[in-house]
Amino acid sequence: MKLILEPGRAEKNYWRDLWTYRELFYFLAWRDILVRYKQTVIGVAWALIRPFLTTVVFTLVFGKIAKLEAPGRIPYPLLVMAAMLPWQFFSTALSETSGSLIGNANLISKIYFPRLIVPAGAVITSFVDFLITLGMMAVLMLWYGFAPDWRLWLLPAFVLLAFAASFGIGLWLCALNVEYRDFRYIVPFIVQFGLYVSPVGFSSSIVPEKWHLLYSLNPMVGVIDGFRWSLLRGQSPLDWTAVGSSTVMVLVLSAAGIWYFRKMERTFADVI
Amino acid sequence: MSDAIIKVSNLGKCYRIKHQAERQRYTALRDVLANKVKGWFQNRKSEIGNRKSAEDFWALKDVSFEVKQGEVVGIIGRNGAGKSTLLKILSRITEPTTGRVEIDGRVASLLEVGTGFHPELTGRENIYLNGAILGMHRAEIKRKFDEIVTFAEVEKFLDTPVKRYSSGMYVRLAFAVAAHLEPEILIVDEVLAVGDAQFQKKCLGKMQSVSTKEGRTVLFVSHNMGAISYLCNKGIVLDGGQIVLHGTAQQAVDAYNNTTVKLSATVAGQPAHVLHFAPENARTHDFAITKIEMLDAEGNPKPILHTWDDVVFRLHYNCNKSTARGSIVLDFHTLDGKRLLFLGTEIADMMPLNFRVGTGQADCLIKKLPFAGGDYLVGAGLAIKQVEWLWRGENIARLNVVGHDVYGSGHTLISTDCLIAVAHRWQVV
Repeated sequence: MKLILEPGRAEKNYWRDLWTYRELFYFLAWRDILVRYKQTVIGVAWALIRPFLTTVVFTLVFGKIAKLEAPGRIPYPLLVMAAMLPWQFFSTALSETSGSLIGNANLISKIYFPRLIVPAGAVITSFVDFLITLGMMAVLMLWYGFAPDWRLWLLPAFVLLAFAASFGIGLWLCALNVEYRDFRYIVPFIVQFGLYVSPVGFSSSIVPEKWHLLYSLNPMVGVIDGFRWSLLRGQSPLDWTAVGSSTVMVLVLSAAGIWYFRKMERTFADVI
Repeated sequence: MSDAIIKVSNLGKCYRIKHQAERQRYTALRDVLANKVKGWFQNRKSEIGNRKSAEDFWALKDVSFEVKQGEVVGIIGRNGAGKSTLLKILSRITEPTTGRVEIDGRVASLLEVGTGFHPELTGRENIYLNGAILGMHRAEIKRKFDEIVTFAEVEKFLDTPVKRYSSGMYVRLAFAVAAHLEPEILIVDEVLAVGDAQFQKKCLGKMQSVSTKEGRTVLFVSHNMGAISYLCNKGIVLDGGQIVLHGTAQQAVDAYNNTTVKLSATVAGQPAHVLHFAPENARTHDFAITKIEMLDAEGNPKPILHTWDDVVFRLHYNCNKSTARGSIVLDFHTLDGKRLLFLGTEIADMMPLNFRVGTGQADCLIKKLPFAGGDYLVGAGLAIKQVEWLWRGENIARLNVVGHDVYGSGHTLISTDCLIAVAHRWQVV
């Protein structure tokens, strides 16, 4: 195997390298997962408590106090929980990826590997939390005696969309965070802001018609509505144009994210 | 020549040095935005300022050499000579700015012992993780697992998180993983600077067997001239980002120790006798040391320092406030962080100093500097004694002392043998 290094060369072998280094990717993801559940005493419990309490609070605030309507005959906690699933995944993935390069600074300055592995690993770690929450959703659905139908089979497609959204936006934050070290103060704000403009505590059906176009530019709208639709027997209506525009938005953001990350990547080792 | 396993031609690496932000290791969005806004208001001024503040610095320039299969090449040079940059390019961590490298074989680089070790994970888990980071496959690690554990002598603690390891165990485990790599080309930075003497010997032995018995190519960077002449058969001397000499290991060691090596900058853009240079400190702190120079007893710049030389360290400082009862401190640490020497104006029985607004300088004369050849870390500070630090810079500069046969025994004294050398005499009575 002959290796040639010259300015701009890394570009050409990038995707092949990514494949060569897949084992490192497994190991880094494995490390992060191991550490995540080892370090905190409540480990797994934390992944359960957080969405559970948020669901309780949102049900009280939006369902009971604000008296918002759930479409069909969906129990309000189920409506919230179905949205909490992708949202929790998205928000955890964003915070994890944005700090991931800085957190692995010593690796980056000492060892070569395609840097894309690091944020990708961070998304995977958040996905484990997602699976735990998914288990909780199943329990909750049993409790309410709410069985899903054939639409459940489309859930993986929406999971994939959530994945792409988290990864695409995560890449931006991650690269910006290396470039501007105070960017990390902005990330929690983005996440919090996103929570209010996404249909987590409420249903998309209460959003006025004239706002729909702007509203569905938020990539998480399509994801969340898709989750509700496929988990809750379609009782929560799905606007396919919204899903379409969210998907386009996600693809654009991801492609741009990869492009920006790759552009910055070459200098990471020099500035980190 | 077709048998070259590494072929480097016209390699160069350029960094942009921002003088104004020298002490700031990263950019903050807030500063960028603030500068942009400022720029709107004073367009012209900022343009001139910017032109001054950024400067190209070539860490490596026009470096060409070839390494043949099975050679063990020692790369030596003073700090800032470009050794680390060269290793970083060869191990693909950073891209060259110009030139081309051809490498024929699998490369493993060891720029640090225990890269990626996680304190929460057990010894067993870390072996797998570190192995993967260094480029081993899972099957390969599994096959060598027992061998690694035996080499590291940590059998009993395999399932203990490494945060509970002693530092010796930690280093042993980390090196053991690295030592069992089987690349065609091994790139090693000064990792042998850690660990106890006995383990260092074991590592040197392992490295030697790797190269001689298994015919592997090794690039080895070190300040330890003893290790270089013991391990290597070829040597490259770098200075100021360029190759000064490429020959046998002994030639290289001699050239390095020889004071006639062309002088170059240690601090970017500064002459070699300047150890530390940070003029922007004057703006950001009420009190600050802005520059440290090395001079000889007559006050001429002294870029190269030998064991037992007389040397003056000139500290330039700046005060934006005034205070009485001040003192100045200069100290030296070994690379592993032990304080070797602490010199302060108060200790030397001087009256407390009055710091007045403006700049000032103080000379510290050391006669017969007792440090053996090697690198040391320099710190400096301004203080009100036993009350507070007005300014403190720990390890702000690196001091390279060139080993010298001070005892006339035919043996150059270097810091890995022993740290200090004093004039002495034996008498059998």
